[in-house]
Amino acid sequence: MNRSNRLGVRGWVWAGRFGVERYLYTLHRVTGIGLVIYLFLHIYETGIRLQGREAWEATMALFRTPFFVFLEYVLFVGFIFHAVNGLRLIFTELGYALGKPTRPVYPYRTSVLRHRPVVYVIMILMAILIVLGGVDIFLLPG
Amino acid sequence: MRESIWWTVSIACAVVMVLLLSLHMGIMHLAGLLNVLGLNLGDVRAFSAVVARGKNPVQMVVYVIFLAVALYHGLYGLRGILLEVTQNRRWEVTITGLLFLAGIAAFVYGTYVTVKTFTG
Repeated sequence: MNRSNRLGVRGWVWAGRFGVERYLYTLHRVTGIGLVIYLFLHIYETGIRLQGREAWEATMALFRTPFFVFLEYVLFVGFIFHAVNGLRLIFTELGYALGKPTRPVYPYRTSVLRHRPVVYVIMILMAILIVLGGVDIFLLPG
Repeated sequence: MRESIWWTVSIACAVVMVLLLSLHMGIMHLAGLLNVLGLNLGDVRAFSAVVARGKNPVQMVVYVIFLAVALYHGLYGLRGILLEVTQNRRWEVTITGLLFLAGIAAFVYGTYVTVKTFTG
């Protein structure tokens, strides 16, 4: 039977029974795409200062409206996730926090399972930073 | 150059980004928390503050490096995602070329704004 095993973009969301790392991978991509789109908007937005004080202050006034403050928080959450999870990925890439190779003796303990506590630690760290950012953006005067 | 070298550069850019972007996000978006910690930077988004920062030569250089690193890491990552969607040589060349041009255009414009603020 000639069956393609390539799921394309659908595979990001559901590709069978995968662990939490699979969904961190999906979120890493989604936040990455969002941050790239924002980067281009941000480059354009910073250029508004060349149009003078009035244009700049009108733009900043727009960014202080509730909708843009909410978007700022979404951006902050995306950044925190991408940065903290990205550091985990770099450590993994370099071979840290995966444990030493062992013989495949039942019950198997894979590097994914040995790495799992790191995943929980970074998720707690993300949660703390995301809550702190929310407190700042929504509750504290700037 | 080999793909592994591009990938290593992207990881190096990611480390620089985490440092610079954390600083940038903290200063520009978390003024309230910095206030609580006793660090009052004033209105960092006010026109006068933006221009004053732009006239600092160290900040100008850091902004340009930040821009280059962010564009490289972001567009290289996006390229990796897009190349996974369809695998053929023509698609790879087209996507790489388009993202390269987009990156160069954004870098030229961003650098122009930064230098113009510094000299203006």
